[in-house]
Amino acid sequence: MPVKNLRQTVQGLLPSLTPVRFVAEDGTPVAKPAPGYTEPAPEALREAYRRMVVGRRFDTQATALTKQGRLAVYPSSRGQEACQIGAVLALRPDDWLFPTYRDSVALVARGIDPLEVLTLLRGDWHCGYDPVATRVAPQCTPLATQVLHATGMAESLRRTGGDGVAMALVGDGATSEGDFHEALNFAAVFRAPVVFFVQNNKYAISVPLARQSAAPALAYKGIGHGMRSEQVDGNDLVAVLAVLTAAVEHARAGHGPVLVEAHTYRMDAHTNADDATRYRDAAEVERWSAADPVSRLETYLRARGALTDEDVAAVREEAEALATELRGGMNEESVPDLLALFDHVYAEPTPQLREQRALLAAELAEDAASPALDTEEN
Amino acid sequence: MAKVTMAQALNTALRDALREDERVLVFGEDVGPLGGVFRITDGLTRDFGEQRCFDTPLAEAGIVGLAVGMAMGGFRPVVEMQFDAFAYPAFEQIASHVAKLRNRTRGRLALPMVIRIPYAGGIGGVEHHCDSSEAYYAHTPGLKVVTPATADDAYWLLRDAIADPDPVVFLEPKKLYWSKEDVNLERRGALPFGQAAIRRKGRDATVVAYGPSVPVALAAAEAAAADGIELEVVDLRTLVPFDDETVTASVHRTGRCLVVQEAQGFAGVGAEIAARVQERCFHSLAAPVLRVAGFDIPYPPPKLEHAHLPSVDRILDAVDRLQFSDAPDTRHLLKGTAA
Repeated sequence: MPVKNLRQTVQGLLPSLTPVRFVAEDGTPVAKPAPGYTEPAPEALREAYRRMVVGRRFDTQATALTKQGRLAVYPSSRGQEACQIGAVLALRPDDWLFPTYRDSVALVARGIDPLEVLTLLRGDWHCGYDPVATRVAPQCTPLATQVLHATGMAESLRRTGGDGVAMALVGDGATSEGDFHEALNFAAVFRAPVVFFVQNNKYAISVPLARQSAAPALAYKGIGHGMRSEQVDGNDLVAVLAVLTAAVEHARAGHGPVLVEAHTYRMDAHTNADDATRYRDAAEVERWSAADPVSRLETYLRARGALTDEDVAAVREEAEALATELRGGMNEESVPDLLALFDHVYAEPTPQLREQRALLAAELAEDAASPALDTEEN
Repeated sequence: MAKVTMAQALNTALRDALREDERVLVFGEDVGPLGGVFRITDGLTRDFGEQRCFDTPLAEAGIVGLAVGMAMGGFRPVVEMQFDAFAYPAFEQIASHVAKLRNRTRGRLALPMVIRIPYAGGIGGVEHHCDSSEAYYAHTPGLKVVTPATADDAYWLLRDAIADPDPVVFLEPKKLYWSKEDVNLERRGALPFGQAAIRRKGRDATVVAYGPSVPVALAAAEAAAADGIELEVVDLRTLVPFDDETVTASVHRTGRCLVVQEAQGFAGVGAEIAARVQERCFHSLAAPVLRVAGFDIPYPPPKLEHAHLPSVDRILDAVDRLQFSDAPDTRHLLKGTAA
C-alpha cells in the first residue's frame, strides 16, 4: 500500500484525540464539536432525557430494594445514564443488544418489563425476559464473553441479507479479556456489522483504569485490529447518541465494525456488597457529581427551550410511577417452580434427569403431605 | 456398502449435512482450502463455497463464541477444534454459554451446534495433541458428548449431532481416522442417538468401552475367547446421554464388569460408569467393577505412550482379576437366620 494511502487508512481508524463532546459539564454547548457528527434532533434528546430520568429512578429503586433484601445483588450504573440510554436509542428494535449485568437501565429503556429485567438479580432465574422477542441477549456475567456472541450474531445478520446490527456493551475491565480482542479481530476480518461500546467507568470493581491498561485510551485498542474507533464524553448524552448513531450506521451500511469508548464514571460501588471507600476517595466522586449526565442534558435542553418545568414534572411523575410499581412487584413473594430445574437443560430431558426430577418431585410431595412436621420437630 | 475410512465417513456426513440444510456452516482453523489438518473437511470449501465452509482467525474461544452468536442467529455451526488440548481456550465459552444458554433462557434460545474435536492418543503425537478430554465435557450439564468407534457410527452420529437441537461435543478418536470399514451411507444401519451398541456378545463379563478403546476391547475379547472366556463388549457411542439400560442389562446377564478408557482414570468417565453399574447391578455382581484406564499422568511423549494406553494384555489381566475362580462368599446371607 502506498504510504499516502496507508496514512489515510490509519487516520480513518484512529479515534479523535480528545473525547467527542457536544455539551460541556455546565450544560452549555461546546464551541466546536468534533467534525463528522450530527447533533440529534431535539425530539430525540427530549426522549433521551425522559428515559434517563426514568432509568435513574429504576436504578436507585433497585439499590434500595437490595438494601431491603429484595434483590440478591444489584450492580448500579448510576452516573452512566447517557451511555445506557444512548446505546438503546442508537439501535432499531430489530437490532440486537448484548448487555452485561451492569446494563439493567439500558434494558428498561429498551422496553423490557423492569420485573423481568430483575429476575436474574432477584434470584428467580438466570434470565427473566424473552431474548428472541426483545432481541436482547441475556445479561452476561463472565466478562467479555458476550462480545463474541454479538460478533456471531452480527455475522448471522449480515449473511441473512438484512441490514441488522448487533451492539455489545462492555466495561473497561473487560477490554483486558482475551475474548474482547478475539471478538474485535473476528469482527474486523469478517466485516461484521457490530458496534463494540466500552463504558469506561474507571473501575473494574476496585482496580483503577491505570492498572488495567497503558493505552492512551481504550479506543486505541481498535487500531491493532484494523477497526474504526472513537472516543466520546460518556456523560454527554448528545455526544454519545451522535457518535453511536454514526457507528451503527457505519456498521449497517456494510463498512464493518466500530469500537466506541465512552468516558464515564461509576458513581456507586461495584455492587451493594462492595465498599468503594477502600479504593477511591470522596473528592473524586464529588468531582464526577459535577459531570452528572442527567442534569447536564436537562440544563442544555431547558436553555434551548426544548424542555419546560411541566415536561420535567411529567417525567419525574412517570419515574415515580415506575418506582412504585417496581416496589409493588418486588414485594410480592415469588414462588419459583423447583421442578423447572430439569426442564431446559436439554430439549428433552435425559433418562437420568427424568429420574432426578422424579426424586425431587417425590420429596416435594412428601413435604406437602406433612407440612407441619419440620416445625413440630424443631 | 463400501469400505471407507472414518475420516471419509465424517467428510461425507459434513457434505450431506451441508447439502440438505442450508443453515449448516463449517468453520475453524485450516478447515477451508487445506481441508483441515486431518482432511476431514477436504473439498468442502471447493464444493460448497467460502460462505459455507471457511477458515477463521486462530483463536478457539473466538471460534466457539462466534458459533454461539451464529446459532442464536439461526445457523447450525459445526466447528472444528484442531486438537483436543487446543480446545481448552474455548472451555469458558463451552462451559459458561454453549452448555447453559438453553437453561438460562428457559428454552427460548437453543444452541444447535457441534464442536468437533479430534482426541486421544496412539498416533505418536507430541505434547498437547493426544489428550482424552471427554470427562470435562461429560461433567458439564447441557452438553451432549459423542465419540464414535466405527466409520458407520462416525457418519450417522455426526448426522444426528448436527440435526440435534442441543449442542454436541463430537470427539473423534484420531487413531481410528484411517481404519477402513464397511459403511452404508445410504440407509441407516446405526442405532438411535443415545443408545449403546453391543459390539460382541458374551456371557462371562461385560467390557464397557467407547471411542478409541472399543477396538482394543474387541481384540481382548477375541483373545479371551481363545481361553474360553466370552466377553460382551458394549460400545457407549454417546457418553451423554448415557445408556444405563443397555449397560445394566448386559451386566445383569454376565455378572461381571470391566470399564476401559484411554483417559487418566481418576475422576474419569470410567469411574462414573463403575459407580452406576454397582448402584444398579449390585446383586448381580460376582466381582467388583474394575477399570482399565490410562495412568494418572500427563499424556506421555510418543516413545512412552504405549506403556500408558490400555492394551489387550492389560485388559486380559483385569479380566483375570474378575474372580472367576472364587466361590461367592454368601455368609452375609445367613446373617440373622441362624443363631
